[in-house]
Amino acid sequence: MSAIANRYEFVYLFDVTNGNPNGDPDAGNMPRLDPETNQGLVTDVALKRKIRNYTALEKEGEPGYTIYMQEKSVLNNQHKQAYTALGIEPEAKKLPKDEAKARELTAWMCKNFFDVRTFGAVMTTEVNAGQVRGPVQIAFASSIDPVVPQEISITRVAVTNERDLEKERTMGRKHILPYGLYRVHGFISAKLAERTGFSEDDLALLWRALTNLFEHDHSAARGEMAARKLIVFKHDHPMGNAPAHHLFEKIKVERVDGQVDTPARSFADYRVDIDRESVPTGVTLTEMF
Amino acid sequence: MAYGIRLYIQGERALFTRPEMKVERVSYDVITPSAARGILEAIHWKPAIRWVVDSIQVLKPIRFESIRRNEVGGKLSAASVGKAIKAGRADGLVSYVEEDRQQRATTLLRDVAYVIGAHFELTDKAGAEDNIGKHLDIFNRRARKGQCFQAPCLGTREFPASFELLEDGGEQPVPHDSLRGERDLGWMLHDIDFASDMTPYFFRARMLDGLVAVPPMGDGEVRS
Repeated sequence: MSAIANRYEFVYLFDVTNGNPNGDPDAGNMPRLDPETNQGLVTDVALKRKIRNYTALEKEGEPGYTIYMQEKSVLNNQHKQAYTALGIEPEAKKLPKDEAKARELTAWMCKNFFDVRTFGAVMTTEVNAGQVRGPVQIAFASSIDPVVPQEISITRVAVTNERDLEKERTMGRKHILPYGLYRVHGFISAKLAERTGFSEDDLALLWRALTNLFEHDHSAARGEMAARKLIVFKHDHPMGNAPAHHLFEKIKVERVDGQVDTPARSFADYRVDIDRESVPTGVTLTEMF
Repeated sequence: MAYGIRLYIQGERALFTRPEMKVERVSYDVITPSAARGILEAIHWKPAIRWVVDSIQVLKPIRFESIRRNEVGGKLSAASVGKAIKAGRADGLVSYVEEDRQQRATTLLRDVAYVIGAHFELTDKAGAEDNIGKHLDIFNRRARKGQCFQAPCLGTREFPASFELLEDGGEQPVPHDSLRGERDLGWMLHDIDFASDMTPYFFRARMLDGLVAVPPMGDGEVRS
């Protein structure tokens, strides 16, 4: 399992219909908004959480794909695997003792835990080798257009406490966005992948996770969320062949003609333009879906 | 300085955390020399060279925004990893986020753009094959092509920075009108001295028409 040898950037589009993609703890769990533009936001950590959950489901108990940061809701049957059978023995080089020890620990963590290998982790050791910087970097997702959250009042015909029996029913609230299309940018560094052992198989798993990110994440709050587009830029050179922001500019997401001032309510109301012609040499554009 | 470089960087959001407000993070008004050095190192660095940030030109108005996220409180403990290695299994070594949940607010900067002026010095690790011209060429070549070791970020990794090399004699970006005049930014982190047990050094940052001159590390103005 050798590390990946190319730098990648990706543009990922997903949408939400009548749901809340990412609640804001500061605003009573309303969907996050950019206060200046009213665009919707989804934080980087929310998306990473979903990637971890997908991996935990797909690779349930498979050695080398354990997830360190787990949610209790992800049912993981702790398969009693003999990890030693894999011969997971990191080769520590001849270094000063504490540093060698720290490297040994991080190497072992990277080998066993998919999320440490991908996103990195911080270990409490005095030496710098106790920090893993993962190759995959994800930015905030923001919606293409401003979104309008709605507050929906709902009723429940049952009560929790006996003393409320006379009330007969209780009220609750839900926040939803009627529709929002979100765009997020990601970066994958080949050089950091070398250090954590993030391999081609891991990369394929990451693309699979992004493809099916919301398929196993349905809940009452989320509404209908779907991955709509994943466009990957692959550089020939491990350091890259073009500035990332130039590549991102090749992809424009706009409203279809004649609808610009109307509220969008489905993915069909948007057009994704991919400027394939002007992609610089040494960069391959792949539309995953 | 015959071997200085100037790099234009910009991004949607940025977070240069003040060390005295690390839990509910609050950003400095402008990028710190330490963060600027990190951006340069993400493009090109070798143990043979040491980047020195000379100036920071702020180009856009300073605006803040607050965001609150669910985070985990703890870190991975090295002792438990050691135990897991001895036991030869990883399934007992997981952290449940619900048990370690912390909601933390972050006050970050919006829509930033800077020009970093910097040069580098050779360190004692430099071999016979290392010379200033070589590393300068490598850096310039990479910055022109948009190549980097890892995507540089504005303080934390969720806020990527896009960068462009400013060539000599090229067009100069003009700072926003609201930055005119002199502004005292107070004591600001200069950089952390990793050689002497991670000692942080501070300097008094003054912004004159958007330009922050950064005193060199050995200077009397830089204190730990």
